[in-house]
Amino acid sequence: MQAKGRVVVAMSGGVDSSVAAALLVESGAEVVGVTMHLAGDSSRCCSLEDAEDARAVADALGIRFYVANYTGAFQKEVIEAFADSYLAGRTPIPCVACNKRFKFDHLMERARVLGGEAVATGHYAQIRQAPEGGSWSLHRPVDLQKDQTYFLFQLDQEQLSRTRFPLGELEKEEVRDYARRLGLATADKPESQEICFVPDGDYAAVVERIRPEARARGGEIVDRAGRVLGEHSGIHRFTIGQRHGLGIHVGRPMYVIHIDPVLRRVTVGDVQDLELDSIDVEGVHWISGSPPTIPIRSRVQVRYRHAGALAEVVPLGQSRVQVNFLEPVRAPAPGQAAVFYAPDEEVSQEVFGGGWIASRVGPSETSAREGRAACP
Amino acid sequence: METERIYLDHNATTPLREEVVESMARVLRDLPGNPSSPHREGALARRRIGEAREQVAGCLGVAGRSVVFTAGATEANNLVLRGLLGQGASVHPRHLVTSTAEHPSVLAPAEDLEKGGVRISRLSVDDEGMVERSGWLEALEHAPSLVSLLWANNETGVVQPIEEWAEEASARGVPFHVDATQAVGKWPISLDQTSIDYLSCSAHKLNGPKGVGCLIHRAGPAPSPLLAGGGQERGMRGGTENVAGIVGFGVACELAQGELAERMDHYQRLRDRLWDALKQTLPSVRRNGPDPSAVLPNTLNVEIPHTAGDVLVEALDLEGVAVSAGAACHSGSVSPSHVLVAMGRSAQQAQASLRLSVGLGNDSGQIDRAAEWIGLLARRAGAENSDAG
Repeated sequence: MQAKGRVVVAMSGGVDSSVAAALLVESGAEVVGVTMHLAGDSSRCCSLEDAEDARAVADALGIRFYVANYTGAFQKEVIEAFADSYLAGRTPIPCVACNKRFKFDHLMERARVLGGEAVATGHYAQIRQAPEGGSWSLHRPVDLQKDQTYFLFQLDQEQLSRTRFPLGELEKEEVRDYARRLGLATADKPESQEICFVPDGDYAAVVERIRPEARARGGEIVDRAGRVLGEHSGIHRFTIGQRHGLGIHVGRPMYVIHIDPVLRRVTVGDVQDLELDSIDVEGVHWISGSPPTIPIRSRVQVRYRHAGALAEVVPLGQSRVQVNFLEPVRAPAPGQAAVFYAPDEEVSQEVFGGGWIASRVGPSETSAREGRAACP
Repeated sequence: METERIYLDHNATTPLREEVVESMARVLRDLPGNPSSPHREGALARRRIGEAREQVAGCLGVAGRSVVFTAGATEANNLVLRGLLGQGASVHPRHLVTSTAEHPSVLAPAEDLEKGGVRISRLSVDDEGMVERSGWLEALEHAPSLVSLLWANNETGVVQPIEEWAEEASARGVPFHVDATQAVGKWPISLDQTSIDYLSCSAHKLNGPKGVGCLIHRAGPAPSPLLAGGGQERGMRGGTENVAGIVGFGVACELAQGELAERMDHYQRLRDRLWDALKQTLPSVRRNGPDPSAVLPNTLNVEIPHTAGDVLVEALDLEGVAVSAGAACHSGSVSPSHVLVAMGRSAQQAQASLRLSVGLGNDSGQIDRAAEWIGLLARRAGAENSDAG
């Protein structure tokens, strides 16, 4: 890091962003800490209590610090969008929108007014630039256990040029050791895992709080043949691949394989019915700024903790692709992100881009292979 | 390296005058006694409080016995409202007249009292922040049991014609309370010329210490104490006195009284210079409030279209300029200023507003540099961008 100008660091109060701030201070940058107050105080993270942790770290580092209130926008752009996505039969991943809209769009704009040349976060990811002022690229971090690139696929060239990820080259344990060495108050703070505004992992309760009408919208649970096996009290209680809490008795394990938001019908099937060899992906963003013109080979990750599957990504216009997996993939859920990585993960670990797994019309329509092109 | 600081947030709080610091240090060092004790140590402390009481009273034009020392104006406001209209109220019928643009330390207890059955009439303010006269005259017809209004608003600096209204209330036998926290030390006040019954103020707004203020009780029923205890302050405020704070308050009042005309002139020249400079650099800037003659001489509340006040406050802070996006207690909250909203501003307009308040220690060089920074950073934030509509 050779940053010497003013850098705005998003400080959550956790160990990662605290160390990110400390590393930037060490590099000689003029660091300004900002805690984004996002979810209300009922949340497990981004609360004012966390802001006080961040303030203590900022004081210890001797840097300027502010709390920026974005609760109104976060409620609308993230929490309500999350509820509406469930009600549309999808399985949302709100962290992508949170990162894109808040840590980058909103915070970057604030940083610009504050005279900051860059925004830094405690994400585990790496940014590189091609030689001689070439284009910017996003790569997995050194610590693959902590890889957060799945949440960052929407970053664009302009944003990458003004973003720093000081933890990209470190292992998590190094980060903790560093925090302890500095005596940072947050060194041993437990990691947050759940979605920050969903306490206890009770998604349905959050959806019903935001959209109370969801409660009165029950429907049928059917099998692939359309036979009614039971009833449910709202499609927002289900996600693709879900096995527990179905309330039906068939004599063998059954899994949710399709959710129809219009008929409010949940279709269940056997485990092999979850296997898809192709998905459509919409709202696709390419980090390079230009979509490929021919099909490309890629490792495609369909949820955060997914090793990724080798696939052929076939461009279908500006922002849509078809992903044809070499081996079937289990339970890609509409609403989750599909993120495209370089196929040879030993070398570049580059993130090409990603998009949203599209809803399918019905449970059987899984092998639309028209338009499949040969590998380059 | 820290840049020079330019502090333009004197309505939030003010730095202490050196004379105040010295007087307090002497008390802390040399006067350890409890003012209620009969021995010499107690008597010495008691005498210093008596002197301070006269200094405060002299500054406000009242008799020393009408001064009730409190921990500040918030406590004084709570004391007069809750102490007169709360449970076991001494006045009837329980009906309070106030306005929508009051300080939270009046609005919040009023809300509590309302839950307890007290009738609250909240007068509207016009688009310049003046309480509407028609509503005032109508409210008086209902013979309320207490009126509580700000003399000068903390966010806009708008000065109400308080003396005239107190006269009108008095003619109908209605007790009148004024929160003069921002006015004391920046506006001529002489209660002996008025029909004001109760007045709240705070030392730290006039270059005195934080944590001390007073309620002036000239006439009307005595409020029941919020803090019952050893009977200090004529039974209206229990607890051993904050001797050093009270002494500092007294010195700050005496200095303010002696320097009032000079200070008002100094503040007004700086404030007007700032306004002129801002108009030059930001043609779209708008003033929130009436003609400057009805505004505290030190206060300038402006809307800079297409900016976000909270971000500008941070950006200016990084360059060494301390200002506010409304009252200090609004900082870090998303809700727009209730004062500007009461004046009919949209949430967006209110959030594009800055409160600039000058004070002792500011000079014209600072004002010019601050105006430059405000112009530069407001433009960076989106002001004067013709594309922004």
